[in-house]
Amino acid sequence: MELQIALLLGQDGITNGAIYALLALALVLVFAVTRVIFIPQGEFVAFGALTLASLQAGKLPGTVWLLLCLGAAIAVLESLRAARERCFRQIPLILLINCAAPLLLAGVLVAFSPATLPLPVQVLLALMLVVPLGPMIYRLAYQPVADLTVLALLIVSVAVHVTLVGIGLLFFGAEGSRTPAFTDASFEIGDTVLQGQTILVLVASALLIVALYLFFERTIYGKALRATAMNRTGARLMGISGTLAGQLSFTLAAAIGALSGILISPLTTIYYDSGFLIGLKGFVGAIIGGLASYPVAAAGAVLVGLLESYSSFWASAFKEVIVFTLIIPVLLWRSLKTRHVEAE
Amino acid sequence: MKIQGSMARLLALLAASFAATVHADINVGVTLSATGPAASLGIPEKNSVALLPTTIAGQKINYIVLDDASDTTTAVKNIRKLVTENKVDVVVGSTITPNSLAMIDVAAEAETPMIAMAAAARIIEPMDAKRHWVFKTPQNDAQMATAIVQHMSNQNVKTVAFIGFADAYGEGWWNEFSKIAEARKIQIVGNERFNRADTSVTGQVLKILAAKPDAVLIGGAGTPAALPQKSLKEKGYKGVIYQTHGVANADFLRICGKDCEGTFLPAGPVLVAAQLPDGNPVKKAALEYVNKYEAAYGKGSVSTFGAHAWDAARLLTNAIPEALKKAQPGTREFRKALRDALEGTKNLSAAHGVFNMTASDHLGFDQRARVMVKIEGGNWKLVP
Repeated sequence: MELQIALLLGQDGITNGAIYALLALALVLVFAVTRVIFIPQGEFVAFGALTLASLQAGKLPGTVWLLLCLGAAIAVLESLRAARERCFRQIPLILLINCAAPLLLAGVLVAFSPATLPLPVQVLLALMLVVPLGPMIYRLAYQPVADLTVLALLIVSVAVHVTLVGIGLLFFGAEGSRTPAFTDASFEIGDTVLQGQTILVLVASALLIVALYLFFERTIYGKALRATAMNRTGARLMGISGTLAGQLSFTLAAAIGALSGILISPLTTIYYDSGFLIGLKGFVGAIIGGLASYPVAAAGAVLVGLLESYSSFWASAFKEVIVFTLIIPVLLWRSLKTRHVEAE
Repeated sequence: MKIQGSMARLLALLAASFAATVHADINVGVTLSATGPAASLGIPEKNSVALLPTTIAGQKINYIVLDDASDTTTAVKNIRKLVTENKVDVVVGSTITPNSLAMIDVAAEAETPMIAMAAAARIIEPMDAKRHWVFKTPQNDAQMATAIVQHMSNQNVKTVAFIGFADAYGEGWWNEFSKIAEARKIQIVGNERFNRADTSVTGQVLKILAAKPDAVLIGGAGTPAALPQKSLKEKGYKGVIYQTHGVANADFLRICGKDCEGTFLPAGPVLVAAQLPDGNPVKKAALEYVNKYEAAYGKGSVSTFGAHAWDAARLLTNAIPEALKKAQPGTREFRKALRDALEGTKNLSAAHGVFNMTASDHLGFDQRARVMVKIEGGNWKLVP
């Protein structure tokens, strides 16, 4: 293999690996805090990318309707709860957050034609549409069953995943979309051309990872999440609400997913069901980190990206086989290394 | 036991008298892949079914449309439901090859004619007792591959690389294409695979570039086939690029943009219906479909896949009057007569070609069923 090819493959692998790393971090975060294996993580990638694409095409993205429906469902549930607890004063606030805010956002989308807005505003709008879906899904699907076993929560995840994929097909159609590049800049280093978009993905991923680190180390909410991850009961005794921790981690996971989608959509075509495979590769990374260690998970995800890139050169027909077979030696090594702890 | 038996006889008698007095409708069962990986093919087919004639030869036609989610098991479940519960006279479907192959057994067992909308020649070949009941409307892969190889030799292509889907579609194309290319003395210098959902094909593209082929054939369907093409152009590939007829829809042009300029592909004539010469027997039938579809779903919405469903209905419109002469709908005799009438289809112009069925050929297309198309200025252009 020539050096130039090796470099190009490496560049490609690291770019994809950076996206997988972000998803791996989100998966570890959600699992550590809520014990949920978050299979629908990939759907946020697809929803983020496709929402941005439909905004740019001047269409009203279907995610608006999802947001309105989920908001209305939560408003009904929460209002009933408040009425049962005779806390009638909570109801206006519940309606404001879950119904008025999504309606306002939908109104903004209809009033201003998003296709003509500058790109950063479009990205912001897409995030505002997709990220709230995270905590909303937590509220509707996971919060009522938050105390069940890991296996039961996994089954809920599968159900949520299948539902979201179906909704994605309904909203965005079977054909994929590709958004225009954020930057057309490219740099020549020796014989190889480095695309501006690639650098953007790497820088954005690095910044996000640093931001996450600071969030967990320096802020009270970040510390609360870490405390919940370490000892759920202990954290609750210290006054940290498990519900709040769950919603916060799902918000972060949704934000990371949607941002990854927006970053990757100029590099490749995203389909309504693309997210699953991307999320699954992030999951392999997260498994390497034992669903517990952030740095190992990120490094594992980059390894997955590199492995994928080089195996697509050597044996393209077996690429996925090679990537997913990686999980077997890792699981063997982990099970030999760690002592067996009885599941809760 | 005895009482039960006589009850059953009575009921059967009642049912028979009922059937005789009320003219039974013709039930057409449709199973297609409107969701799942093949949704981009199944959705236009489903849209086309809504445009099909509701009466043929004075008989009311009921379409019972089921979705098999691109899943083989569901497709078999659907056809079982159609033949047992809905008592259909004919089954149309499914969209993709694995589903259609799995459905053959049920169709033969229930003695119900089946018209598949999937491409592989294996659905109707080799002809046997089971495939006796099975017909199909899309062109065989081999037919399309021959068109590509022919075009390649005319363009003086000596070496070619192949990159296709890592599934039945890509494998099927590789088998047909490699066989025909070898016979025509075109050297194959690369054989790569990629997945529909892949986010990058850099590795495969670099390997192809290193082999320096005169031409590259991309064996993919729908918009995912744009990814290797975009990567090839990005990495500075200057040779000719060929696609398959699986990409023939407007979304592919939208995704691929200027990177697809100058690409060649074989396709059913319906794709360039308006550009066909007036003498072409397919032109009228193809334009009729295009106009109907675009009137219902908007300009530029038509794709070649939906036309396979349309052609299935063309076959039925032609065969049902013949079958009605022999038997009443809803009976075993009618299904048999319908099968015979389908097999007897001669010189029937449809959107994708001219059908001339025989007992051994249940597709019956000739070279009029394919044209070479070039992408020019973001549009499909007929290569004369």
